[in-house]
Amino acid sequence: MTPTLQAFLIVSVALFSIGLLAVLSRRHAIFILIGIEMMLAAANLNFVAFWRFSPQSQSPTGVMIAIFSIAIAAAEAAVGLALIIAVYRHYHTTNVDHLDQLKG
Amino acid sequence: MSRWIVDHLWFVPAVPFAASLAILSLPNRRHRSAAALAVAGQSAALAMSFLAFLPTLQQSGFRAVQNFTWFTFGDHALRLGWLLDPLTAVMLMMITLVGLCIFIFSIGYMADDKNFVRFFAYLSFFSGAMLGLVISNSLLLLFICWELVGLASYLLIGFWIQRPSAAAAAKKAFITTRVGDMGFFLGLLWLYGRSGTLLFYDGGNGCLESAGLATLGAAVTFIALLIFCGAVGKSGQFPLHVWLPDAMEGPTPVSALIHAATMVAAGVFLVARVYPVFSLGAINGVTPSLTIVVWIGVTTALMAALIAIAQADIKRILAYSTVSQLGLMMVSLGVGGVAAGMMHLLAHGFFKALLFLGAGSVIHGCHGEQDIRKMGGLRRLMPVTFSTYAIGMMALSGVPLFFSGGWTKEEILHVTAHWPASSLPYYFLLAGVVLTGLYMTRQIIYVFFGDRRADSQQAHESPSVMTLPLLTLAICVVLFSIVLTPAWPWLHDYLTATSARVELAHLVQPTLFLSLVLVGAGFTLGIWIYRKAGIQDRQRPDDADPLEFAQPRLFRFLENKMWIDELYSRTVVAFSWASARLADWMDRNFWDRFVRGFGAIGQIFGTFAANVDESGINAGVDETTVGTRGLGRLMSTRHSGQIQTYLGVIAIGVLALLVFYAWLA
Repeated sequence: MTPTLQAFLIVSVALFSIGLLAVLSRRHAIFILIGIEMMLAAANLNFVAFWRFSPQSQSPTGVMIAIFSIAIAAAEAAVGLALIIAVYRHYHTTNVDHLDQLKG
Repeated sequence: MSRWIVDHLWFVPAVPFAASLAILSLPNRRHRSAAALAVAGQSAALAMSFLAFLPTLQQSGFRAVQNFTWFTFGDHALRLGWLLDPLTAVMLMMITLVGLCIFIFSIGYMADDKNFVRFFAYLSFFSGAMLGLVISNSLLLLFICWELVGLASYLLIGFWIQRPSAAAAAKKAFITTRVGDMGFFLGLLWLYGRSGTLLFYDGGNGCLESAGLATLGAAVTFIALLIFCGAVGKSGQFPLHVWLPDAMEGPTPVSALIHAATMVAAGVFLVARVYPVFSLGAINGVTPSLTIVVWIGVTTALMAALIAIAQADIKRILAYSTVSQLGLMMVSLGVGGVAAGMMHLLAHGFFKALLFLGAGSVIHGCHGEQDIRKMGGLRRLMPVTFSTYAIGMMALSGVPLFFSGGWTKEEILHVTAHWPASSLPYYFLLAGVVLTGLYMTRQIIYVFFGDRRADSQQAHESPSVMTLPLLTLAICVVLFSIVLTPAWPWLHDYLTATSARVELAHLVQPTLFLSLVLVGAGFTLGIWIYRKAGIQDRQRPDDADPLEFAQPRLFRFLENKMWIDELYSRTVVAFSWASARLADWMDRNFWDRFVRGFGAIGQIFGTFAANVDESGINAGVDETTVGTRGLGRLMSTRHSGQIQTYLGVIAIGVLALLVFYAWLA
């Protein structure tokens, strides 16, 4: 069975939805970060899939964008974790329900 | 050389002005520096004046001007300038020389005064203002200096400001002369309106040159009389003479300066300077304005001489004699004897400064006593003062031959006798000469002869810093007569730009004998009346004056200065008070109503505006703010701070957009 574009997109949608669900429902900041990483992975998967099934697949454009995206995601994860550590040191919690000081 | 001095003639007044400023910046105890600066400034002015005098000697009728533009408005340029001619040159010499003697005298006279420094600053300022006045080639510049002279006299007459009488005298001098200056200023404006220039000489375009005079037309009489008003005020002519005797409240050197070199000389000088305006259109040497000048002069001369007879204050007698002599000069100018009037002004400057400084020496020696009835017998105690005073007295009385005043007085009598309009002024002046001899004899008998009366026991001769100026001036008074005699009328010809010749035959003239007789009559009369007061002894200070004994009512009339001060206070001053009160009453009760009415209208508008604001505009603004705040509060409740709520809303929004686009496609 040869994989089709559709199969990749279904996997991608599933990954994105799981990530979104994690971001919207989990209370722990690190899990929200993980959710964001999953949504990013879904997007990267789309890039690679659309490149693989495009008519001009000789130049590795989709892969390059995915690699750049992963590198930026790594940096983003580092910044996000540093923020979470700083928030924890300050509030002694990582529960985002309690981090509501910016309310109106 | 002569060009240089004309270009730099302004140095002459500028140096005393600069000295005055420098002295003002000195601390109060630097007496020596102040005196040194003042004397140095005056000496420099004297040297400059001498330099300015030289070119006028070389060329008969020398006249050089230096004009410059002060400022321009529209296409008019207001120009000022200075002028060097014989009139200016001799005035410069007289003012600086007499002024220097007075400055030196003041060092001794004011030695104990706390405000010594301020005094010398004012003296220098006074001298500078007067020097500026005589070099002016513009009626406006002359007027400016004229007012500066008035200011300086105000400051100096009121110098002992702690004395209420001095403050009052200063105010009186300032305000009285201001009355005359008002006329002067109007005349100045009128002259400018007619001729378009205030320069005296401007290469043919000045207001005293024929082209300028031609523009004056029929107004010339009024312009001349208005300018004469200023001279009347400044030179103490009737009816504005009242300030001059009161000016005796100032320190004696100031009186000497006012009466000799500066201030009162300014009025006579002004008339002599603008004489072409007075004499324009003269028929046989008589114009309406000159006739008025003559009669004012005659009235003043005779009236002041009469009042002087009954005064008891040594300085007041001299003050009235000044008023009288100034009247004489005015008569001389009025009858056409400009040179004679100016010669008498110069001679008067010397001998009146001598007399006042002598009086100052007497007052200084008598420890501030000024009442001649309390003096007496001073000739033995103060020999230098006595001898110099006698010289001054004889010059003032007009003793012929040796004293300058005698020659100039004869000259005036001579020109007055030939006045075509009337011979009355001549006879009045003859009476004035007799009266002058009389009151000066009275004064000198009271002060220097007889026995010592009340306060003169401890009298002493003044220090040499005071007697030296006296001697200098006495020598000047005598030597000055060399250039005044009819045998060699050098000064007369110098002023009238003709060449002098020595003609000894002219030395003896009929007027010489006439004045000898008149002065002799005055002296004899004086000695006869006051023989008891001085020559014989045993008179108490509070004894009645012999004249008072004979004519008590007349004497009281003269003693009280013919009630002129009282007359003024009942009429002019009372009128001023009444109009001030009326104006005050009108202000409070009449104009105030209008003002209050306008105020009420304003208040009504204000109340209306306030109501509109409160009820109309304010409500709208308030509602808007309340609504804005409510909306803001409502919106702020949606900001829960819950990050996941926000993200959920964003997710729903994106979903809704997707559905919307799908539906569109």
